[in-house]
Amino acid sequence: MLNRPVGSLCGMTTTDHELAIAATGLRKSYGDKTVLDGIDIQVPAGTIFSLLGPNGAGKTTAVGILSTLIRADAGQARIAGHDVIAGAQAVRAAIGVTGQFSAVDGLITGEENMLLMADLQHLSRQEGRRVTAELLERFDLVEAAKKPASTYSGGMKRRLDIAMTLVGDPRIIFLDEPTTGLDPRSRHTMWQIIRELVSAGTTVFLTTQYLDEADQLADRIAVLNGGKLVAQGSAAELKRLVPGGHVRLRFAEPVAYERAATALRETVRDDEALTLQIPSDGSQRELRAILDWLDAAGIEADELSVHTPDLDDVFFALTGSSVPAQTTDKETVR
Amino acid sequence: MSTAGYAFRDNLTMLRRNLLHARRYPSLTLNLLLTPVILLLLFVYVFGDVMSAGINGGHADRADYVAYLVPGILFLTVAMTSLGTAVSVCTDMTEGIMARFRTMAISRASVLIGHVVGSVIKTLTALLIVLGIGLAIGFRPDATPVEWIAAVGLMALVSLGLTWMAVGMGLVSPNPEGASNIGTPLVMLPFLSSAFVPVDAMPSWFRWFAEYQPFSPAIETLRGLLLGSGIGTKNAVLTLAWWAVLSVLGYLWSKGQFNREPKR
Repeated sequence: MLNRPVGSLCGMTTTDHELAIAATGLRKSYGDKTVLDGIDIQVPAGTIFSLLGPNGAGKTTAVGILSTLIRADAGQARIAGHDVIAGAQAVRAAIGVTGQFSAVDGLITGEENMLLMADLQHLSRQEGRRVTAELLERFDLVEAAKKPASTYSGGMKRRLDIAMTLVGDPRIIFLDEPTTGLDPRSRHTMWQIIRELVSAGTTVFLTTQYLDEADQLADRIAVLNGGKLVAQGSAAELKRLVPGGHVRLRFAEPVAYERAATALRETVRDDEALTLQIPSDGSQRELRAILDWLDAAGIEADELSVHTPDLDDVFFALTGSSVPAQTTDKETVR
Repeated sequence: MSTAGYAFRDNLTMLRRNLLHARRYPSLTLNLLLTPVILLLLFVYVFGDVMSAGINGGHADRADYVAYLVPGILFLTVAMTSLGTAVSVCTDMTEGIMARFRTMAISRASVLIGHVVGSVIKTLTALLIVLGIGLAIGFRPDATPVEWIAAVGLMALVSLGLTWMAVGMGLVSPNPEGASNIGTPLVMLPFLSSAFVPVDAMPSWFRWFAEYQPFSPAIETLRGLLLGSGIGTKNAVLTLAWWAVLSVLGYLWSKGQFNREPKR
């Protein structure tokens, strides 16, 4: 009873009612194209789960099924304890969804959008005004509140979108690629918002094609490729799945570089940059051994850095030929 | 609050949203008024003498033709505004906010009901404007208050039927241009009715269509109510039957379309 490993791989032992999202065997195809080919997802309450995958992997379809927007061809899903088909309205009452394309009414102002949500959440007029004012303030939209939402920038639209999602105080929030198309500053604002949500106890289901985003935010990550989950675990667990850790030594002096290169075995040389890569798991013991050896040989490296495999490596290893989007890429957004 | 109470509140919320759109962008509705108003003025002032001479057996009287024409123009107005509804429903469906509505615990029907009720209100407002212009150029109805109420009810019923059909058209169209195209036959129907000339003046092979299509009986009924020209059981029954059936069909069609899984 003392150990409650929520959010780790051992989280599978948690019972159903602690799971905010529990799905088994979800399948969906459009025509003869299989988009989801039997996926299982379990998200403990109060954690961030990230579904990571390249474009067309089926992320949006998964969100659609879990948020009652579309029906799976097979499989079951329970959100907050309710079946997505039999208890669709109960599921909808528990969730908030921010889709990939901004779900705001562009013809009316930001404030009117918020009040519209308050009305649809059946809040009293007074309560609706209070929540609206509070969220506009929190998401830095007070100045733009009286302007039509269609005039907002991409980052402002996303913030309004999330603010609208929060009006009903949902326990579980689905965010489908919340930072796609945002500039770096807006991305970090969005990350901050997501962290705040979870610290308040909300469960977040996040899809992303950005590896660093999943790494930054998620307690657990599932990699979706070609409609199948090819790996699940924490960022650290996933990184352990692939080899590739090394220590890198950089030298300022060609002479020291040559001496080190000839003396150390099993190194990968880069003669132009004067760097050596030594395979290593980055553990303290191995680092000390390398440092001791350098001292003993009287060689001074200009710089020493430890490289553990990042999710890029994981992604390439798991998804084979698929090329994941890099954060530096400009994603074309409709 | 009960489920029904919540559903009612959702309907009101969606209606408010619809009317807010109309208030922010009145040009969308007003543009649709241009066609009926221009046709009214064109037919009265340019073709009026010839048309009335044709109808009255050679005796030209423009005032007569105003009386004949206005009821038909009123229904053309209803058809035009419902074309606007088809376009605005289609536009709304392509907006991201629709996915949000579908994942909220609200009355699903409220999304469409907001459009329909809002549309009927806009149509009745447009009718007031057109009727005002009609009165200004010499339309002199002699209806009693009861007949006026019946006339308003008739126009609301036709508007309801056309709007539900328009909502269905908006839902099946992939884009607003498509919605505008698919709705065009709706706007053409009043031209093929007794709106501009009596059906007797049409070639016999075509007359049966003009006489029995949904608009002619409604136009004749409105003429009877506003001008006391006599309605006849046939027209009254045909009008009620046509527009009740179209309202129900349009509603069922729209509901079926809306409940379909959204396309990706």
